[in-house]
Amino acid sequence: MAEPRTIDIKDQPGFRSIAIICLLVLYIPVLILMIFSLNSGSLVTHWEGVTLGWYGSALRNAEFHNAARNTLIISVTATIVSTICATLAAIGMTRVKPWRGLAAAFMVINLPLMVPEIITAVATLSFFALIAGTFGLNFGIGNLILAHTVFCIPFAYMPIRARLEDMDLTLEYAAADLYATPWNAFKRITLPLLVPGIMSGAALAFIVSFDDFTITQLVAGPGQTTLPLYIWNQIRRPMTPEINAISTILLLVSILFVSVSFLIARRRAK
Amino acid sequence: MTTATLSPTLPSKAALFEARAVKAGARRNRLLSLPALIIIGIFGVLPLLIICVYSFLVAAPYGGVQWQFSTDAYLNFLFQRDIFDDTLQFTPDFLIIYLRSFLFAVVTTVICLLLGFPTAYFMATRPPAQRNWWVLLITIPFWSNLLVRTLAIMFIIRDEGLINNALMALGVIDKPITMLYTNFAIQLGLLYAFLPFMVLPLYSSLEKLDFRLIEAAYDLYATRRQVLWRVIIPLSRPGIIAGCLLVFIPALGAYVTPLILGGGVHLMIGDLIAQQFGSGRNWPLGCAQALILMAAVLVALYFYVRNTSGKVQHG
Repeated sequence: MAEPRTIDIKDQPGFRSIAIICLLVLYIPVLILMIFSLNSGSLVTHWEGVTLGWYGSALRNAEFHNAARNTLIISVTATIVSTICATLAAIGMTRVKPWRGLAAAFMVINLPLMVPEIITAVATLSFFALIAGTFGLNFGIGNLILAHTVFCIPFAYMPIRARLEDMDLTLEYAAADLYATPWNAFKRITLPLLVPGIMSGAALAFIVSFDDFTITQLVAGPGQTTLPLYIWNQIRRPMTPEINAISTILLLVSILFVSVSFLIARRRAK
Repeated sequence: MTTATLSPTLPSKAALFEARAVKAGARRNRLLSLPALIIIGIFGVLPLLIICVYSFLVAAPYGGVQWQFSTDAYLNFLFQRDIFDDTLQFTPDFLIIYLRSFLFAVVTTVICLLLGFPTAYFMATRPPAQRNWWVLLITIPFWSNLLVRTLAIMFIIRDEGLINNALMALGVIDKPITMLYTNFAIQLGLLYAFLPFMVLPLYSSLEKLDFRLIEAAYDLYATRRQVLWRVIIPLSRPGIIAGCLLVFIPALGAYVTPLILGGGVHLMIGDLIAQQFGSGRNWPLGCAQALILMAAVLVALYFYVRNTSGKVQHG
């Protein structure tokens, strides 16, 4: 009864401290990893001074070049293919009358999100081993591109579908009313409005492909080292701050793409 | 249809859409989903069927399978065949790893919920501009490279890591406390990895919370504690379930975290499965173990579907 009624009704005691602790816990380890990439000593744990030398040595490293090239080939191709497929699928699943099998199709699209990564990894490995054994088919780095495309599709699909569902249908209706062919209505009305969703989806697809470790590690053949695999190989040797430098580069790429995707989504919401 | 009758001046979205769909002959549009469905069908679904088949075959000596039917992979999960008299003996080794993983995943989910709920609630009650910053700050680790984030934890808890160095400098301890390659390290790594997976779905559920209900509760002389337990938490149930599932499923199948922080000594299901395809050279066993994990995931998903569809019926 004596409790004053002027207090903020939304407030709960202690929640602010827990939120701040969570944020610190999430960021401090990563920030320390990044700071030590500037360490002039050759140990990953003892601070000696500031240098950018480890970035230089990472960027001159031929193995790093090779891994970066593989990563870009795989993630750029997987991003393009998966974004196109996801865009078409999103249109085919929202701009139609509900068709039989729509729910099943939706489940198939989202399947890669529900199956634990390690299961997808061993299943894909078994699949490529089988077709290599039976038909003598081996797509080389194409194996990794296909594997990545599969799990990139649902990530690209989500923001595109969300955008299609938010879109004002009256515009498309008006276009059809004015005798625009379906293709023209799509090209001139739907597609331009859909671009932010497609960009946001492509950014997410790129991140998940760029960062993938589990599936890549199991499916990759000899010489198909990507950046995460390169880091993994380095962990098992005596480490220098070069690994911090490479890790920092990877984190900065993720941060860049997340922020881009986030900002596009924010602008859409306004 | 109901929306159309509620607002007679404006046709509903669905009605508009049907009109447009008929006009534009959009029935064919459904074919547009084919490329995605074919790619996922061939390279995502078919592989899962292949491991179902593989799990009933015999391991080839250097990896791969021999086409010969056998249920050994499943029997091996609980038993080991004696080399001399061919009898089956109960060996709980795999079962223990599964139970350990389950325990890790449950503890991770519970602690993530205890930390994540207050965080998400705090975020949802900020002014909109501040809220966006919080969401971005939680979204960044959500999408950041898990391998690198796990590496960051490794640097902190190793013998010469920040925590031990700090404690020794302060004179609290003389010798470093061994934390890396222990169960503690795995548990810490899982919490660190999956905390954002809890916060984001909880936030999106709490963001829609109707604060008039909280006001009403206070007007009826509810205490803060009562408001939290009897109003806020029941209203955010869908978010809590979604968050728990998003943490529990990947934590149960975690591979990277125990690989790096457990040092190959303390295994979880994910590493056990991968091992069968690497040094273990027993693909059928790995396939069977993967399917057992999949069954566990399906049980979790079943509870999710049952709980959320129940929610829809009630209101």
